[in-house]
Amino acid sequence: MNKGPGWYIMLFTTAVLMQVLFMNNLQFSGLVNPYFYILFILILPVNMSRVVLLLLGFLLGITIDAFSNTPGIHASATVFVSFLRPFMINAANLEDQEKGMLPTIANFGFRWFFQYAAVLVLLHHFFLFFVEVFSFHNFFSTFFRSILSSIFTLFFIGLSQFIIFRK
Amino acid sequence: MRNLIHFLYRYHAFLLFLVLEALCFTLMIRYNNYQGVRYFQSSNRISGFVYAEFDALRSYFSLRKINEELAIDNANLRSRLLSVSGAEEPPEIKITADSTNAYRLLPAKVINNSVNKQYNYLTLDKGARDGVKPDMGIVCANGIVGVVVNTSERFSTALSLLNSRWSVNAKLSRTHHFGPLHWEGENPYVAVLNEIPYHVGVQEDDEVVTSGFSTLFPEGILIGKVVRVEHKKGETFQTVWVQLSTDFKNLHYVGVVINPLADEQKELEKTTINE
Repeated sequence: MNKGPGWYIMLFTTAVLMQVLFMNNLQFSGLVNPYFYILFILILPVNMSRVVLLLLGFLLGITIDAFSNTPGIHASATVFVSFLRPFMINAANLEDQEKGMLPTIANFGFRWFFQYAAVLVLLHHFFLFFVEVFSFHNFFSTFFRSILSSIFTLFFIGLSQFIIFRK
Repeated sequence: MRNLIHFLYRYHAFLLFLVLEALCFTLMIRYNNYQGVRYFQSSNRISGFVYAEFDALRSYFSLRKINEELAIDNANLRSRLLSVSGAEEPPEIKITADSTNAYRLLPAKVINNSVNKQYNYLTLDKGARDGVKPDMGIVCANGIVGVVVNTSERFSTALSLLNSRWSVNAKLSRTHHFGPLHWEGENPYVAVLNEIPYHVGVQEDDEVVTSGFSTLFPEGILIGKVVRVEHKKGETFQTVWVQLSTDFKNLHYVGVVINPLADEQKELEKTTINE
């Protein structure tokens, strides 16, 4: 189950390229923009240290920012999610032998993964969308856009699970 | 001292979280104040390269569409030429166009673009090497597109009109009343023109064009058509919704407006304001 650093670098690159070349160009009615790249943070090993997690989150966000002219915006959201992720993992009360695993559907089942991913994706999108407009003016419009985009992000993340992480 | 170390050890993850968030917000705020932080821009070397390579691949799939657009554009220009040469009397007063003072268009290709953010940007495949500088306007065959904010050697980034940080001075071509036109952040086909006095009878389908007051665009470039007018009671101005003529979801080739007199005009306006 242990993957080498090469695998993670590839996952990182794939997530970034998928986001900037494909997802950013998806246009459903101009309101929805899925932020699929967050998948990288979601599926790092369960027992990853919190410091490494935060630093990787920052690296991922700032890379996306470099491609979309938004210095700091994506990075702040990914750091936020990296910070919250250990709490979600701890809430699951995992057995010791499960601690080195990747939190994927194949390892932990659809129900658990869906709850885990849904909470983190929603939090990420709320944070991102509100930082992006930087005000609570038009609160419900921003709220609605972030929920809509979260649904699409979750869809793509679920899809990726069946494509990359089949058993 | 031991307590301090213990505290730092115990909360090290939380403290790192705070430090990283502070860094992110600093980046954001610095960027808003003056468009620095050039390395985090899509005109930097690596991301510019990735976008250019990917666009080269993607443009094969839209060649047919681009061809059609160019053909339509050509036909329009040719018909305009016919109507000029077919005029019975040549106009008597001729304004001698001094070639050093005239606006020029530098063709460029859009290699990255978005319409679904609050702040949308474009990346163009022309940069400082080709003579592109910050504060140059960008137009396409159908209307205005945006303004250049940063350049690197071979690429440049631009604010799209669909960016709520930017507004452009526009006027009604029928009545010549002018005001700022800006995008509200939702519908990529509609923008809002403000500060039109309430006594002006704005009608649907009135054309909205650039005013020519700024150094970005020459006067009279089409922006769009009026779709809705609203005048709230007790306000001196009315709000005009404008259907944009540029299709931002479908931008391929654009022109960067080079105005050789821009520096002179800005210099003069600056001294006047300072007095």
